[in-house]
Order: sequence, then structure tokens, then C-alpha cells
Amino acid sequence: MSRDPVLIANGQGFWGDSILGPVRLVREGPLHYLTLDYLAEVTMSIMQKLKRRDPGAGYATDFVTMLDRILPEVAAKGIKVIANAGGVNPEACRKAVLETIQKKGLRGIKVGVVSGDDILERIPEMTAKGETFASMDTGEPLSKVKEKLLSANAYIGAGPIVEALRKGAQIVITGRCTDPSLVLAPMIHEFDWSMDDWNKLAAGTVAGHIVECGPQCTGGNYTYWRSVPNLARIGYPIVEAHPDGTFHVTKHAKTGGLCTVETVASQLVYEMGDPAKYLTPDVVADFTSIRLEQEGKDRVRVSGIRGAERPAKLKVSASYLNGYKASGQLTVAGPDAIEKSRLCADVVFERLKMDGVEFPPEGRLVEIVGTGVCHEGIVPPPKDPSEVVLRIGVKDADRAKVDRFGREIAPLVTSGPPGVTGFAGGRPQATEIVAYWPALVSRNLIETTVTVEEA
Amino acid sequence: MKKATVGQLAYSRSGDKGDGSNVGVVALSDAAFRVLKAELTPERVKKHFAKIAKGKVERYEAPNLRALNFILHDSLGGGGSESLKTDAQGKTHGLGILAMEVEVPDGFEMPSPPR
Repeated sequence: MSRDPVLIANGQGFWGDSILGPVRLVREGPLHYLTLDYLAEVTMSIMQKLKRRDPGAGYATDFVTMLDRILPEVAAKGIKVIANAGGVNPEACRKAVLETIQKKGLRGIKVGVVSGDDILERIPEMTAKGETFASMDTGEPLSKVKEKLLSANAYIGAGPIVEALRKGAQIVITGRCTDPSLVLAPMIHEFDWSMDDWNKLAAGTVAGHIVECGPQCTGGNYTYWRSVPNLARIGYPIVEAHPDGTFHVTKHAKTGGLCTVETVASQLVYEMGDPAKYLTPDVVADFTSIRLEQEGKDRVRVSGIRGAERPAKLKVSASYLNGYKASGQLTVAGPDAIEKSRLCADVVFERLKMDGVEFPPEGRLVEIVGTGVCHEGIVPPPKDPSEVVLRIGVKDADRAKVDRFGREIAPLVTSGPPGVTGFAGGRPQATEIVAYWPALVSRNLIETTVTVEEA
Repeated sequence: MKKATVGQLAYSRSGDKGDGSNVGVVALSDAAFRVLKAELTPERVKKHFAKIAKGKVERYEAPNLRALNFILHDSLGGGGSESLKTDAQGKTHGLGILAMEVEVPDGFEMPSPPR
């Protein structure tokens, strides 16, 4: 008999999310599984750069810092932890995790690692086998950016995580795993779902989508924010999964936030494409089949979910170096803050030109924050705001030009119009532009490996 | 016919989708959903976001959620790490659509916000 319900919480929506999420989840109520999502599209390339400088880097170090705090509860309560914290270096992540477990004097905790998603070194071999890795955005072949490639990872599904759990892993570390698969995997494992039971796999995927951004389904980023109680103590979401594929979304008692049909629906439409076809490596989920019902306070029942056979190809997230950018900002006080800001921006580009540094119009950005930059053309700008923030940015293939730009912002304080202040944080430095290259790869070329080791 | 804002009929959320953004709009009642389906054509939404969305606007429907989903192509100044814009991820586009004006039929009952 499998347990019912299985309690799965997501404690991290991205690399940089609050450590209080997982710390509170393991303390403030019952939990069977804790999932942690660390990877955004650009995260992998940042990690790849770190790994080039240091072969022991390239994973989400936050994960280890967090484990250091929650391991005693995790061990005492037998909570299983599933995280895509491995980044481009799951092995180094495993090493750090095992060291942390030993440092805490804990025994018998098995750590599983899923690898095989990183295909950067395999691109030539796969290209020889006929894979084009054509951009899903533009249709161009990968050869166009091959020399500038920084990272290439295939999205892995729930399968290898299930394998790690079956081998007894209490902590599972993956590389580029699809976010909802972190939540789907424990359901497959606990309920022994078949890997072609599309409706159930779709249900677990929808559950994963709802909680993948943490508190964004429990009152965070919610239109009716005034109705959300105690935002500071917002409860991270918990899925109560049932063997038949239905589930409840809730949060621990006495936490802040709000879990309603509306807060859950808000998250369902987040980052949505075609709602009838939500593609993951595991299944094609149909979001137009989802039924939401408020079943009690902070408790939403989700049912009726249908799915279809998984896609034939896996998505690849590749990235390449596409030049450099920098941006700086100043605060400009009124009167005439808008007019003075425009003058400041013109002065910067005029002075750069005098020094032989020019940026084409598409390589510049001037924003006067406070005049409606987020809702340009929608909200009328204020006539004479008491102050605004001037943001100036450039991008270019030449790093030296971008750095030169960064030295022409601060001088405005003494050689611009009056009321220019707020130059803090030092000179804007050129940073690499990591461009995204989405592509597809044949499933049979991706071989995942699962290894489980005891601390 | 009288005027209403989308914000009186629905709530929303937005985020990035490649070099564009997605704007999800969820109606507060069945009647409000009917109005939004008729009023929020891709053409009108494109016009509303004219200064933001440089590419085409696509629309999808999820009637079970009373939701419309709009993809605003080329609305992030390059998207991801290529963009210099403050809102490089389209996080605020959801609030932008709530300011849009639509026409509601005579006798239309304005829905109340949740709770």
C-alpha cells in the first residue's frame, strides 16, 4: 500500500530565492518530499563559465548552504530532497553534499546523482549523426554560433530521478532537469505509475508547474495583493498528491499568504504557451482539462487532467556569447527632472563620440524610470515628477567600448545639469551577453546515468 | 454599451517566453469571460501594447480556467540577458493589460473581486 496523500513541497523557485523557504518548510509542518528548483535558462551558462575557471565549481552552491541548515530535520523526519542543483557539475555538487553530511555527523543518508544532460562536448559527435540543433526561434543551424557556444544541455525528465529514489536515495541531485519533473518523480515512485500513463503523468506535471515558482501560487505576485495576509511569512506551496492523479494544493497551517482558486489559476497561466500542449520530456499536458475547486481555507482541489504521449524529441537549452553590455543609473531631482535626464543621456553619448566611441541606436537604451518605462504607451507619463531615475545602457561586440561607456556616467554629477545624484555601486562594468539558443535533439542520443552513494 | 477596464473583469500574470512575454488574463465570471473573449482580440491587444510589443500577438484560450493567454512577441528588447530594459522579463505586462478599456453590454453585472 502506498501512502496517501504524499506531501511534496517546493522550497526554491530559482537560484537566489529566499533560504527561508526550505528552512521553514521542514520545520513548520509535515512533509515527505522537498523539491528545489535552481535553474533558469541563463543559469547553466553562468555555471559553465564558473566551471571553466574552477573545475570544482558550476553548481548551485546555495543548495549546499541550505542543506547545512536543514539536514538535521531532513534526517530526523526522513524527508527526501530532490534538486536540480547540479548545474553543469553534478559530481562536484555531490562531493560538497557528502562533505556537508559528514561534517554534520550524520550517517546512512544516500545521495543520488543524475548526469548525462550536459551535451556540450558531444555536439560534434551528434552533429555527425545528423542532428542540426536548429534554433527553435529562427530556424538557423547551430553552426552559426558554434564557435561561441557556452553551454548545451538536454532537458531531462522524471525517469532518472525515479531510478535514484528506487535505489534508496534520500537526496537526489540533477543537472538540467525540467522543473515540473522534480515534483512528478516522487509521485511516479510512490504510486508506481506507469511511464505511459499519460493522464497521471500530466497531473503530476501540472502539480509541478503550479509549485515550481514557490510562493507565486500562494499569494506572491498576486493581482489582489491587498487581500494576502502576512506576506512576510508567506507559506511555500505543498502538493498533497493522491494515487488517482488528483491532488490538493495547500500550505502549512499558520503560515502567511493565500491559497485559492485564483492564486493557483494565476500561476497556471504563468509562462504559458499553448495551454492545450504543455510539453515536457515526460508528457504533453493539456491545461484546458484542469478543474480547480476551493475545498476549504487555503486548500484547492485539482482534478480532471488529461495528457498525451510524450514528445518524440527532447528540448536542448544552449547558450552562446553574443557581445557585452553595461548599464548605469543616476537619480535626477526636479524641477524639470525629465528634461534634464534627456540632456544627461545626450551628453553621455556626445562625450563618448568625442573620444571616438560610438554606439548605433540599437546598441543604446535610455530609460527615465518614473515616467512609465514598464507601461510605455499605456500609462500617461507624469508632467513634472519631483525626481526620476535615469538608466543608460549600451551593448556591443567590443568589450573595451562598453567599459569606456561605464566611465562617462559619474562625471555628470559635476558636469551635468543641477540635481544629479545617487551614483552608487561604482562604475558600470561590461558583462557578457549570454544569448539563448533553444533546439531539439533525438531522445535516443541522450544517455542518463544514475549513481547512488552513501555518506 | 458602457466602458470598463480589463482590471474590473479579470486578474493577470505575465512572464518571459524567449524574446517575448506571455500575458495570462483570468476572468472573474463567465459573463466577464465572454466579454473578454469578444473584446481582447490579438489586434486590439497588439495596439494596446504598441510601444512594447514589436512583433505579432498570439492568443490562446483555456475556458476551463476562464483564461486567455497572449504571447507578445519581441516585447523584451532582446529577452534574457540580451535585454537592457528594466523589465527584461515582462513581469509588469500583466498589469499593463488590466489598464486596457473594453466595452461591456448594457445590463452587464460587474463581477466583484475575490473575497
